[in-house]
Amino acid sequence: MTNPQNVSLNASKELEFIDPSALDIPTVSLLDENGHLVKGAVEPNIDKETALRIYKTMRFIRALDERMQAAQRQGRVSFYMQCLGEEGAVTASAAALKDDDMIMAQYREQAALRYRGFSLEQFMNQMFSNEKDLGKGRQMPIHYGSKELHYMTISSPLGTQIPQATGYAYSQKIPHIDEDSGELSSEINNITICYFGEGAASEGDFHAGLNMAAVLKAPVIFFARNNGYAISTPADEQFAGDGIASRGVGYGIKTIRVDGADALAVYAATQKARQFSVETGEPVLIESIAYRLGAHSTSDDPTGYRSKEEENTNTKCPILRFKGYLLSKGWLDEAEDNADDETLREEILEAVKVAEKIAKPPIEELVTDVYDTPIPLLEKQLEELKAHVKAHPDAYPTTSGRIK
Amino acid sequence: MAQMNMLQAINSALDISMSEHPLACIFGEDVGYFGGVFRATSGLQEKYGKHRVFNTPLTEQGILGFANGLAAAGAPAIAEIQFADYIFPAFDQIVNESAKFRYRSGNEFNVGKLTIRTPYGGGIAGGLYHSQSPEAYFAHTPGLKLVVPRNAYQAKGLLRACIKDDNPVIFFEPKRLYRASVGDVPEDDFIIPIGKAEVVSEGSDITLLAWGAQMEIIEKAAEMAKQDGISCEVIDLRSIQPWDVETVAKSVTKTGRLIISHEAPITCGFGAEIAATIQQECFLHLESPISRVCGLDTPYPLALEKEYIPDALKVLSAIKHSVHF
Repeated sequence: MTNPQNVSLNASKELEFIDPSALDIPTVSLLDENGHLVKGAVEPNIDKETALRIYKTMRFIRALDERMQAAQRQGRVSFYMQCLGEEGAVTASAAALKDDDMIMAQYREQAALRYRGFSLEQFMNQMFSNEKDLGKGRQMPIHYGSKELHYMTISSPLGTQIPQATGYAYSQKIPHIDEDSGELSSEINNITICYFGEGAASEGDFHAGLNMAAVLKAPVIFFARNNGYAISTPADEQFAGDGIASRGVGYGIKTIRVDGADALAVYAATQKARQFSVETGEPVLIESIAYRLGAHSTSDDPTGYRSKEEENTNTKCPILRFKGYLLSKGWLDEAEDNADDETLREEILEAVKVAEKIAKPPIEELVTDVYDTPIPLLEKQLEELKAHVKAHPDAYPTTSGRIK
Repeated sequence: MAQMNMLQAINSALDISMSEHPLACIFGEDVGYFGGVFRATSGLQEKYGKHRVFNTPLTEQGILGFANGLAAAGAPAIAEIQFADYIFPAFDQIVNESAKFRYRSGNEFNVGKLTIRTPYGGGIAGGLYHSQSPEAYFAHTPGLKLVVPRNAYQAKGLLRACIKDDNPVIFFEPKRLYRASVGDVPEDDFIIPIGKAEVVSEGSDITLLAWGAQMEIIEKAAEMAKQDGISCEVIDLRSIQPWDVETVAKSVTKTGRLIISHEAPITCGFGAEIAATIQQECFLHLESPISRVCGLDTPYPLALEKEYIPDALKVLSAIKHSVHF
């Protein structure tokens, strides 16, 4: 029944508070710690090729993270953020989408980008902010983006992508003229997925984005990565109540909570969420419960605020669990898998050496893309700067030699 | 040509823009069936449907976040912020996101199809939260364009230019003139280019520069000065970013004097930027210091609005002071 207040018209004489914990939201898990299907669980529709692509992506990201963490410690890159512990949640959710669905990520979702095909060389060019970086060397390491792979460029301010994802998704459901038939079509071909951490859910943009998606009905999957910490702040100092999932319910959004260290469960939940969004044009919230095994970033040291016992890696590692699943299916050869690791490490080291030698972007890139074309003010400033750099070549060695 | 007030001219520009692109959307608080609190979007929902002209929840940061996403997907996004005084919750989405989308992504993505419309300015007994002119905050942010029309004709041509421009643009509408400014406006499409100031009337003794609703004030001051035998050149800046240094500098080189007038508080107002640039460009041609007639460095008042406003009499005093320096 509808009414001006848009609430349920359920009359009562009882003066009773509703207890937030009464929602009692379950966490979906399909694989046990060894990667065996939990008794009674329904296996999602997943083929060998997809499963192996998920697995290889996770392995790649784990190796990349390890190497780049070390490279940062050596002073070769200025900053890095690992996906450690959340590879399963990120990779499997991306795998359940169409490759041209839009991904709007927060910053820790390099595995989704890799799943789409971002090359090792492209990762390196961004991190070393050289002239081959798609982002033209303008942002700190890990701020990837690729139009070709439908992966929106990362923005540092936290949570801003959440209402943007609602807007992007809305564009995907505006009735449009079908190119083939010439008829007006309301069919939804693509959706948007929006990743964020539980910390970002404290931002105003989270409320704005979810509320607008629910009211305006946008086909967006909000993927909350509840990994326990926002830098050093534990989740219980971030919010009260039952996780992020309970918020979804409050906004009137279909919601599900999954074990984020269980790639199969994440895959199944995202598959179902996508199908719902495409069919109804409405949003879904998925809360993934996976532990952030590493530091927030290379500027953080978790030993200062959490214990070794808490960081018990084996039970929380999504890769080992999914490997157990693949072995039990007979889809993976253990010996070959171990051999791959060494090759990966060597490839990454080699790519670091190549990328760090590539030149920085030319000085002209300082003023391009501020507007579609540089306004007169910027052209003037560039000319003045070039003249100055040219006059003092020793002070600006990376650009002076390239000024015509 | 038809007689239109500024709201009708804006409505006409929006109508043309909606018919031009099948994905164009207009949204904001109360803009749907109601047509906006000032009625600028009247009749558009009936014509283009609820999917393309719609109310949003009351969330300025949400409206701009949504608009950024929509524009990034290639859909012309025309967002209304009901009063410029309420644009600040959306400040982060505008200055950190809209303004930097193209730059930070190396042009992989952009929100060039974004236009933000918002009524600004005083003179309507609106007090401190319905009278502000916040353009200077945005002028400090690279990546945004800022446009202010002075009458109905300008409003239609400039708004069309903003919507067609491939950059995020904030279009500040002088709400005091919404119904007060009536004039000939073509019913058909036309465009007034962004970034070009207009010399509204020529003169030889002093240059008067303003934009938006303040144009009416400096034009009146120029009339009053004429009685005293002072010839004023009156320029409408029209676009605050990018701004037309060349036209202003050319005029000041000729007249040797400049007065800039805006409603916003004087300190760090855009007048300060103009004064600094023009003194650099025209130093050897100046006959007197560049002066500014602006709002006080106070919140916008209610009861003493008449005293606060940089009115024609204040501009006239500044003209006389400058000419007799």
